[in-house]
Amino acid sequence: MWDILGQEQLSNIKFVNLIMDIQELITHIENEFDELPNGVLYPETSIREIEGWSSMHALILIALVDNHYDVLLTGEELKNALTVQDLFSIIVNRKS
Amino acid sequence: MAKFSINNVKVDAIYSCVPKHRLKTADYSLFTPAESMLFKKTTGINERRVASDELTCSDLCFKAAENLISELQINLEEIEVLIFVSQSPDYFLPATAVTLQDRLGLNRNCMAFDINLGCSGYVYGLSVLSSLLKSGLKKGLLLAGDKSTISTSINDKSTYPLFGDAGTATLLSFDENSESMFFDLHSDGSGKDAIMIEYGHSRYPYNTFIDEEREYEPGIKRSRNHLALDGMKVFNFALKEVAKSIDECLQFAQNEKESVDFFVLHQANKLINDSVRKKMKLAEDKFPMSIDNFGNTSSASIPLTICTSVKKQIENKELTLLLSGFGVGLSWANVLLKMGPIPVKCIDYD
Repeated sequence: MWDILGQEQLSNIKFVNLIMDIQELITHIENEFDELPNGVLYPETSIREIEGWSSMHALILIALVDNHYDVLLTGEELKNALTVQDLFSIIVNRKS
Repeated sequence: MAKFSINNVKVDAIYSCVPKHRLKTADYSLFTPAESMLFKKTTGINERRVASDELTCSDLCFKAAENLISELQINLEEIEVLIFVSQSPDYFLPATAVTLQDRLGLNRNCMAFDINLGCSGYVYGLSVLSSLLKSGLKKGLLLAGDKSTISTSINDKSTYPLFGDAGTATLLSFDENSESMFFDLHSDGSGKDAIMIEYGHSRYPYNTFIDEEREYEPGIKRSRNHLALDGMKVFNFALKEVAKSIDECLQFAQNEKESVDFFVLHQANKLINDSVRKKMKLAEDKFPMSIDNFGNTSSASIPLTICTSVKKQIENKELTLLLSGFGVGLSWANVLLKMGPIPVKCIDYD
């Protein structure tokens, strides 16, 4: 299928997939963090500015990513991930 | 690879003893109500038992062993090995196991020694004791536990609300008809800083290196005489190694995970155990829990979980159990074994 699509179409498909996937990650995070209402997280949301953020949230995130994506984030990676998008990029890079 | 099987040894009974005094997570002053809720959700800890100043881990183990011996009418002469697994011994020296040999009235021909391990210690202790018994000694006592609360700072919310105190006694005996135990033991000292009490022994002796508390981050204040815990490192270690090593142990034993009645994991954190369970794609009721009522009780957590959460089942029939201890060292260990029907009991220390 990929052979018959132009580069632009291909990159659009990848972009759509990416959007869908990051939305899935956001849904997982919103479901896991009880205090977060649905629809408040965006790719550009700063992780540490989530209300009441603590080291326990970091552990929940590590477990969530490990469980759903089979990627075990290191403490350093999580420290460097400022936004949800950064977190998603780490997952994508580690999966590729 | 430290994978081996041991024949001709069986577990006869497990008794546990915990201090009567309870501390509730909700009452910890450094937590806001929201933090308290999140802590309970993440770790699973509602309350834990805390020993008074004068009560030691050896006192708890002694009480557990004394009750086991008297209630099951064990002939003291037959106990030829006593192992004390703990990181909170009574003295710098002598070994606490030797003092317990005397307190319990065991024969002077009984060999007694300590093993300095924490969360993996129960499985390590089982492996050492059963290795000794398979050569034909009659009975052995494995006393495992810790008074971890002595080493945490009340001003450190990353350690203080996690730990509870407990002591346990497990009686094993030589038995030609018993089925094999399959052990799988590991260690990785490169992770030694993840859980550490830096001061107080030979490298930084207590009389020279007495340290003032300092604040590492808000709510985390301790001295280097206190227990320091890098929660993220420990969490990553557990997620990386535990499910994998359990799987390796099952493969070594040529056993399927479905044939195991209960996976009794060290009780460090509910989130860790839930993650291991999800990786293994197993039902929640296969993973009994005691951390909700007792906190992290170090090497006592596995036998304490059996005594409290598997009591009904293990007193009535033979079970296939996979025991998994992991933590300080870093050190981790698994054993697949048959156990039951056997008496188990948890006693409050008055």
